[in-house]
Amino acid sequence: MENQSNNHTFEFYGEGLPGVNLTELRGRLIVIEGPDGVGRSTQVAMLKAWLESNGHAVLDTGMTRSALAGKGIKQAKAGITLGPISLTLFYATDFADRLENEMIPALRAGFIVLTDRYIYSLIARSIVRGLEPSWIKACYGLALKPDAVFYLRSNVGGLIPRVLSSPFGFDYWESGMDIHLGDDLFDSFAEYQTRMLSVFDSMIDEYGFEVIDATQPIDVIYRNLQRRIGRLLRELY
Amino acid sequence: MRMYGDHQFPGKLFIVEGIDGSGKSTQLSLLQQWLKREGYMVFFSEWNSSPLVKETTRRGKKKQMLTPTTFSLLHTTDLADRIERHIIPPLKAGAIVLADRYIYTAFARDTARGVSPRWVRELYKFAVKPTIAFYFRVPLDVSLKRILSARAGLKYYEAGMDLGLSDDLEESFELFQGMISRKYEEMVDEFGLRVIDATRSIEEQQNEVRAIVERELVDVPKRPMPVRTMLNFDFRED
Repeated sequence: MENQSNNHTFEFYGEGLPGVNLTELRGRLIVIEGPDGVGRSTQVAMLKAWLESNGHAVLDTGMTRSALAGKGIKQAKAGITLGPISLTLFYATDFADRLENEMIPALRAGFIVLTDRYIYSLIARSIVRGLEPSWIKACYGLALKPDAVFYLRSNVGGLIPRVLSSPFGFDYWESGMDIHLGDDLFDSFAEYQTRMLSVFDSMIDEYGFEVIDATQPIDVIYRNLQRRIGRLLRELY
Repeated sequence: MRMYGDHQFPGKLFIVEGIDGSGKSTQLSLLQQWLKREGYMVFFSEWNSSPLVKETTRRGKKKQMLTPTTFSLLHTTDLADRIERHIIPPLKAGAIVLADRYIYTAFARDTARGVSPRWVRELYKFAVKPTIAFYFRVPLDVSLKRILSARAGLKYYEAGMDLGLSDDLEESFELFQGMISRKYEEMVDEFGLRVIDATRSIEEQQNEVRAIVERELVDVPKRPMPVRTMLNFDFRED
């Protein structure tokens, strides 16, 4: 088998970040994407343990956790004080901070970066809120193209059990209540997530998602992801 | 979602740009007083003033954890918040909105920090195109003299210390201002900035600014603001 490790070079989606030498990035970037309640974080936690037991250093990361903007975004959501354009850009700030200060240093150090969501969820949220897709995508031209994007695909019915297993039930934002899609949380959740799913589906070809049927049991999804990630790492190292 | 140049409002948006010490803020506040006295509804919006974003920016600056990209995005978020909250609604209501610094400040500063010019221009496509964008042109030595004599101490990002131009705060500031000044000059034609010669007297500049603004106000309704909003600031000369 051809050893591709020396040929592997990251690319940006668009204009990219200043001051980043892509040839220095020795790690791999793997994305788990999908709608709210599809079980992404469970899979990320299991995959991280598995990869580490196989000797890989793993950075797991998720949205709105950045040191810079994470707190501000939580406050904004609590008070619902930002409009759709501002919120899109605040999320982009948070993403850029994590990309530059967490993911890229980890990739430089040869880590596998396993991220729960990436730009696609952020793009989908903004598109569902009526913003211009070409504008949002240009904003996220700063992002690195991942080595793989696993899209955990489900239907609205499949998302509800996990939502209800949380003590908080239906979440205001995950139900899109800020855009008034239904009279109550359930109606709004169903309509919002339907729109999110259709935007996710529209991105499959554009961004080369590997689709995984997330209506299956957790361990089946996990083995499927293990197989695909195992293959990816064998090809790359 | 309307993009730059596509918005249509009964109100007008006038903005001022220029390097620190160009006198643009003085000119804008004089313009504001005159417009109020003439009986227009006037709303004033300042750069980097959205409360929520401001706190994040302050945290980032204090800990010096901002990169050129996050610095740029935070300012974009701030302007987006102000445009959605403070600029579009008054423009819809037929008011005159005045902004001290606008997207051109971001284009100048961010590209001086190495951010891609194309990316940052794309980022700000949501912005309302100003009715007139004034650019107060001033030679660097004049503005530096004004600033460095008036200001107690320069701050880290203000002086462009993050660019690593110099270890000396004042020298870094001078180099950074020079870079920004050149960026402004490049944008004069690109965005049709209205150049005001800021070496002239304050009165001469203000007369020119008022004459330019007045031509844009033909169909703007006059609706005087409540007296209390006038009292604090209104120093009539007559």
